[in-house]
Amino acid sequence: MGFEKFLFYVFAAITLAAAGMVVTRRNPVHAVLYLVLAFFSSAALWLLLEAEFLGLVLVLVYVGAVMVLFLFVLMMLDIDLATLRAGFIRYLPLGAVIAVVMAAQILLVVGPGNFGAEQFPAPAAASAEASNIEEVGMLLYTAYVYPFELAAVILLVGIIAAIRLTLRKRPDTKYVDPKHQVEVRKGPDRVRLVSQVSTAGLREEQGARGVAQSQEEGSA
Amino acid sequence: MIELWNSLPVVIQILLKITAILVPLLLLVAYYTYAERKVIGYIQVRIGPNRVGWRGLLQPIADALKLLLKEVVIPSKADKALFLMAPVITIGPAMAAWAVIPFDAGLVLSDINAGLLYVLALTSLGVYGVIIAGWASNSKYALLGAMRSAAQIVAYEIAMGFALVGVLVAAGSLNLGAIVEAQAGNLFTWYWLPLLPLFGVYLISGVAETNRAPFDVAEGESEIVAGFHVEYSGMAFAVFFLAEYANMILISALTAVLFMGGWLSPLPQSWVDGVALLDDGFHWFALKTGFFMFLFLWLRATFPRYRYDQIMRLGWKVFIPITIVWILVVALAVVYRLPPWWSA
Repeated sequence: MGFEKFLFYVFAAITLAAAGMVVTRRNPVHAVLYLVLAFFSSAALWLLLEAEFLGLVLVLVYVGAVMVLFLFVLMMLDIDLATLRAGFIRYLPLGAVIAVVMAAQILLVVGPGNFGAEQFPAPAAASAEASNIEEVGMLLYTAYVYPFELAAVILLVGIIAAIRLTLRKRPDTKYVDPKHQVEVRKGPDRVRLVSQVSTAGLREEQGARGVAQSQEEGSA
Repeated sequence: MIELWNSLPVVIQILLKITAILVPLLLLVAYYTYAERKVIGYIQVRIGPNRVGWRGLLQPIADALKLLLKEVVIPSKADKALFLMAPVITIGPAMAAWAVIPFDAGLVLSDINAGLLYVLALTSLGVYGVIIAGWASNSKYALLGAMRSAAQIVAYEIAMGFALVGVLVAAGSLNLGAIVEAQAGNLFTWYWLPLLPLFGVYLISGVAETNRAPFDVAEGESEIVAGFHVEYSGMAFAVFFLAEYANMILISALTAVLFMGGWLSPLPQSWVDGVALLDDGFHWFALKTGFFMFLFLWLRATFPRYRYDQIMRLGWKVFIPITIVWILVVALAVVYRLPPWWSA
């Protein structure tokens, strides 16, 4: 238990520090990379909670896919740090109010009254054979099948909307249809094999070349 | 010996096991570069390196020494910390993924239930090294190379993940050892046959994921100098190089485990029972991995580079639909217990 607790504090400290850096870094690329670190260490925390499926999926989906696209977009943007910094004092009061309201809301929901150790005592450790994935799958496809399917449909709507937004006819681009590019027509595009008549007696290189040339001219 | 081993603390035991995997792996990486130059040399009717040591066998060591002694040049406006971190981020996942690869029955560093998921999660991290290297170099060629490479890796990762979904539907497990055992029988009960389209998609996506020819637009030297690592020199460059080869070996080993029955013998068990070299064992795994490693070199010597838009079309419009259709086919086959693979 001692070593596990030590690991918990290490990863919890990294998560908190990284989350703090996300909001304080000036450079957005650095902020995103700290966010990646925060995700990664919370995945480690989930592994400590014996939720290995969720932990690995967090790395796979958020770190491996979502944040890569984030970085991708951020690196393409030309970010002017001066305009980002401008108006800090002006927005400070409003920002502080929003922060206090949000913190109060979070406290009301996940405060010790609702999520304390009394309400959720530590469960018994699962045996080594217990399959986390099977249990999550059973729950998702039985008890929570409607919410699960609904979430999938909402994602699908998002995908279609995003594709529709970017899909516009642009007559000015010279788009080439790959189908036509790889197409091979029977007549002009294929290699044609021509059977060459070898002529006895004309073994000399010069002579043979001359015959081949004259035959080529003849067939053309 | 066994008593001495058991008397060691668990942490030391794990560290020793990790060393026993990583040291041969790094040696293999070094000699894979030598093999590449030799194999491509012979394919192109050349001899390849033959000056350092007997038949050039010391060439990789000479290369490593040369790279170690070279200066690591850091561009003046580069993000220094990220610039130096990028190669490490690239090679880390390529090494860590070996923790769950089973070399023989029960011979695996970490026999976890979610092994396949772990491999997928870790290999998806490799792209960070490329992106960070491209961005931190503060060079347009590096950034363009990184963008190309990242788009390609993200595209092919989806096809690769779907191909693996097919494998886990077929095996009913995410544990790599259990996946190999589910293929037991003979050459024709391995998953390459019932999952043939997924096998093809996985192998080609593997080549694309590792940025190898014919998918090596990330470092298309005729277009963007050398891609994301154009500003790197010395050992920092060498680490990228090592990571690429380690990833190729990893993909080869995974293909052997997932589709070619890992350590299983291709002959039926009743024929080979007790016959030393024909029976199941590590040597079959090594042989299969070696074949796929050779395939990587063979492909590079054979095919010209793909054009970028065609790479994207192949990944998104060809591979992903194929995998989705075949996952459905496999799922139906499993439900209706299609013999000989799912008859039991």
